[in-house]
Amino acid sequence: MSAKTAGAAPAGPAGADSAPGAGKGLWAWLNKRLPISEFITTQLTGYYAPKNFNIWYFFGSLALLVLVLQLVTGIFLTMFYKPGELTSFDSVEYIMREVNYGWLIRYLHSTGASAFFVVVYLHMFRALLYGSYKAPRELLWLLGMLVYLALMAEAFMGYVLPWGNMSFWGAQVIVNLFSAIPGIGPELVLWIRGDYAIADATLNRFFALHVAAVPLALLLLVALHLVALHETGSNNPDGIEIKEKLGRDGKPLDGIPFHPYYTVKDVMGVGVFFVLLAIVVFFVPTLGGLFLEPENFEPANPLSTPLEIHPVWYFTPYYAILRAVPGKGLGALLMFLAVAAFLFLPWLDRSPVKSMRYRGWMSRTALTLFTVSVIGLGYLGMQPPQGLYVVLARIFGLIYFLFFIGMPFYTRFEKVRPVPERVTCHAH
Amino acid sequence: MRTDAGRSGPDRSVRRWGGHGLVLAASLLWAAAVLLPRGAWAADEAGGKAGADWQSWHADTDVADLASVQRGARNFVGYCLGCHSLKYERWSRLGTDLSVPEALLQKDLLPPGDNVTDYILTAMPAQDAQNWFGKTPPDLSLMVRARGRDYIYQYLKTFYVDPTRPTGANNLRLPATAMPDVLSDLEGLKRAVFRAAPGAGAAAGTEQTLDHFEQIAPGSMSAAEYDSFVHDTVNFLDYVSEPTQVARRALGVWVVLFLLVFTWLAWQVKREYWKDVH
Repeated sequence: MSAKTAGAAPAGPAGADSAPGAGKGLWAWLNKRLPISEFITTQLTGYYAPKNFNIWYFFGSLALLVLVLQLVTGIFLTMFYKPGELTSFDSVEYIMREVNYGWLIRYLHSTGASAFFVVVYLHMFRALLYGSYKAPRELLWLLGMLVYLALMAEAFMGYVLPWGNMSFWGAQVIVNLFSAIPGIGPELVLWIRGDYAIADATLNRFFALHVAAVPLALLLLVALHLVALHETGSNNPDGIEIKEKLGRDGKPLDGIPFHPYYTVKDVMGVGVFFVLLAIVVFFVPTLGGLFLEPENFEPANPLSTPLEIHPVWYFTPYYAILRAVPGKGLGALLMFLAVAAFLFLPWLDRSPVKSMRYRGWMSRTALTLFTVSVIGLGYLGMQPPQGLYVVLARIFGLIYFLFFIGMPFYTRFEKVRPVPERVTCHAH
Repeated sequence: MRTDAGRSGPDRSVRRWGGHGLVLAASLLWAAAVLLPRGAWAADEAGGKAGADWQSWHADTDVADLASVQRGARNFVGYCLGCHSLKYERWSRLGTDLSVPEALLQKDLLPPGDNVTDYILTAMPAQDAQNWFGKTPPDLSLMVRARGRDYIYQYLKTFYVDPTRPTGANNLRLPATAMPDVLSDLEGLKRAVFRAAPGAGAAAGTEQTLDHFEQIAPGSMSAAEYDSFVHDTVNFLDYVSEPTQVARRALGVWVVLFLLVFTWLAWQVKREYWKDVH
């Protein structure tokens, strides 16, 4: 099978000098001027990834795929979308009804936004599960978190653009949070909005940020995230550094070339992902109001407040924390800390092992409770803030923060299991 | 407000049947719900203890039922267009999607002076409407997506006589609605009998629990016919809220099938490559 030849190629006799120049004609001409061949060798066919990746390792490549999907569909949407408080809503309906396959482009973009968070949350959970943020991958984790922050800004501003009633009121609530900042708060909010209320000026600047500024930042951060990844190499479900066990040829014994092995595997993941995406896009594009909310099919109306204002599902865990405490200032602070807490993970985690496979019961319980809390908070963020819902949000919120605050202690004092020398890999 | 959820018709119909105490095997129920024309059992609702369960009424419409959507379009032009617009839908689009030939479109549906490429707009000036009703009647293009089919179905079926209202009519779904009971010619007039309402402020209407509707004047339609009328109208509004939805689902089947084949092939390739990884 060609896999063998492709896998053996980088280990072949081709020297460092001859590799780029290898070949003839145009290929050689190109490689003398642009290191395409060298890039392929060092980053794909000669880039070794652990051979024991499981299902959790699909979500990085899928996140990259969704980013491309959002960029492409977004570009087409901007061809017809007209920012402005008198034109936005109508232009979205124009896209949905009169642009050829406009509905498909729009649904791909709106579903893609949610899909982005689905894969990013699973990607982040993978990091928690296998300690991927621990040394030497702290910077990789931080860059990933910056991608996540940029993504949140991108999604929030994108949600405002259709100028539905929930767009308007959601923006009203979220932008007003900045007024809780002592001293400069009210001035800052005015500066962000560009008006005394969420209005045309706000909509147009959000459009500029959504289609130009933030995507550029996202691309840069994603590129840095990938460079950092390829520098340290991937972690794996066993949390073993494969670079520490090299074969005679200097290649990791537990590693396999990214191409072709993980390219073909990821293509399979792409297929499964696209099936799920297509099912949503073609059959349940609103997903019962989770991906596209009914309130947003009414145009923005400053005189008509929706019964319940809540953000789209991917922000609801934080929203539940915001509403769980009395007072906007404290709520906003806790919400900010809930996001920022992830930045400190590499230093909060004192465990001698990376993977949950070899950690003790305390870490496992903590992660389980944390996961339950996040899902619980996500649900509660969509419910009215009253009665039992608030009590539950407080309990889950407390667990959420205890996961981080307690981490230096439970990771340090728990009994861990011995980590094997080599990765555990089941034959495929 | 998860109004856009689930479009399962049959099971909901079965639930409704069960409430009437009909002793039928589940399979028969299902078959009946699917096969019988909708009006066949609606009579039960308007008779007897009708109305008490109005909040659980479902508009079991099927937007792929072209005949029903066509009838709904006719209903809309006849009874709604006087006040309500569909500002995102063109007549020509309606003609194409609903298989209405242009000649027929011109003859039966298009208001005099309108062009087929025009949007479907009411002739009533917005300012006049504002003066007459206190509120410009809303555009209905997206009403189903915003409020859901059930909402409109319940709205059109829970008008009742209320002398305290300027229009002489009130509504259970939208209490103190500004809309007159324009369909009373068809449905007839209903009186709402409320259950022992504490502090029964007649205008309050909002917090009262309906015991039943009492027909006080017949309309030109039977209860079953009126139910069909509303059903078709809601179905049409569902179509208008997303004109591409039938085509979307039809295309989706092929896309998903293609992707399944693609995924299977990708899986085979992956298995072949990974044979030598141990």
